Amino acid sequence: MSEEFKVEIVNPEKSFLSKEDVTEVVVPAFEGEMGILKDHISIISFLKPGIITIHSKSGEGKFYVEDGIVEFKNNNLSILTSSIFNLNEVEKSKLQDLLKLAKEEASKSEVNDQTKYLVDQKIEVLKSLN
Amino acid sequence: MASLDDLKKRIASVKSTQKITKAMKMVAAAKLRKAQESAEKGRPYSEKMNNIILNLSNGISDKENTSKLLSGTGNDKVHLCVVMTSDRGLCGGFNSNIIKKAKSYFSKISAEGKEFKIITVGSKGNDQLKRVYGEKIIENISFKESKNVNYFDANKVGKMVIEKFEAGEFDVCTIFYNQFKNVITQIPQAQQIVPLNNEEDENNSDESYEFEPDEDEILSNLLPKNISTQIFKAMLENSASEQGSRMSAMDNATRNAGEMVDKLTIEYNRSRQAAITKELIEIISGAESL
Repeated sequence: MSEEFKVEIVNPEKSFLSKEDVTEVVVPAFEGEMGILKDHISIISFLKPGIITIHSKSGEGKFYVEDGIVEFKNNNLSILTSSIFNLNEVEKSKLQDLLKLAKEEASKSEVNDQTKYLVDQKIEVLKSLN
Repeated sequence: MASLDDLKKRIASVKSTQKITKAMKMVAAAKLRKAQESAEKGRPYSEKMNNIILNLSNGISDKENTSKLLSGTGNDKVHLCVVMTSDRGLCGGFNSNIIKKAKSYFSKISAEGKEFKIITVGSKGNDQLKRVYGEKIIENISFKESKNVNYFDANKVGKMVIEKFEAGEFDVCTIFYNQFKNVITQIPQAQQIVPLNNEEDENNSDESYEFEPDEDEILSNLLPKNISTQIFKAMLENSASEQGSRMSAMDNATRNAGEMVDKLTIEYNRSRQAAITKELIEIISGAESL
């Protein structure tokens, strides 16, 4: 029996990635990292800044996301996100820019707790990448 | 009757106009392909978003206490109308169609004794509306600098709408845009985005999902995003429609210019012939009188 399922990542502008031969996906869900295998129960969750890791027959992919929603249903995983970068392709300078942006945001005073938490997460993840 | 020289000049000027409209048509056609492509690419996102929200709102336990963006404020006193038009002209009835749709909506609302406020996106809409509804326009946004429609811009509009909603400035929000059907047909649309209209298909309500964290939290996170997504979708549709509309308008203009050139050429040839005949008669009658 095959252990593969389908993953689709879409951002508002286009379908970012679509893969049929995926064996495991790890997403940074809001309440902690979540690994998804075939025949996972239907789930909807949203993402915090972090790394999506996709293990497939044809290799492994790592993506940095800042936000998004995941939906898993009938062995179809859809990830909707407005900001995603393939870590194999993105340039170091771009990540540094993002880090700078996040730091600026964090230095603003009038943010609420949740945004503060998300921004801190973002900075942490970006630091580990740079 | 115009002299030969005048006719010649007119033919030349119509011909050069034709050249311009032809070039504009070509440019619009090239841009249309790109815009259409990105409109099609953008569709899965908004469709999936809609689906998820539909599933969520079906699964929600406490319908009374959900986010106001979904259920509404309970009134519909003040309407916010986001009128989305282009920044450039020369695109046939594109902008006028949206404005017409919006104006009929305005008069319907005022007839019901409700208030309305306007946000215009794109400078052409602002130009046309500010004469009559100047004091109703609270915001005017234009994305002249950005070459392509991008999500960042849509997000700006979305955030503005949400801010105003949270400040209690309006109860119902409707966006006006042109839906792209094909090159010759664009349908002006009025789509209500706040509160969300979920009248469409409710066939998949049997799906059971696990939510992490709970429904309410996801929903309150998702709904603001959905507004930006809907606006982005409208912007994509709009840009495809604009190029389509411009293309057919310029195609018509080119054809009309062609007809005009033909007509003027015939007139030119006739008067040339008439002048020659006249000269011949003069010469012959001059020779006869000798």
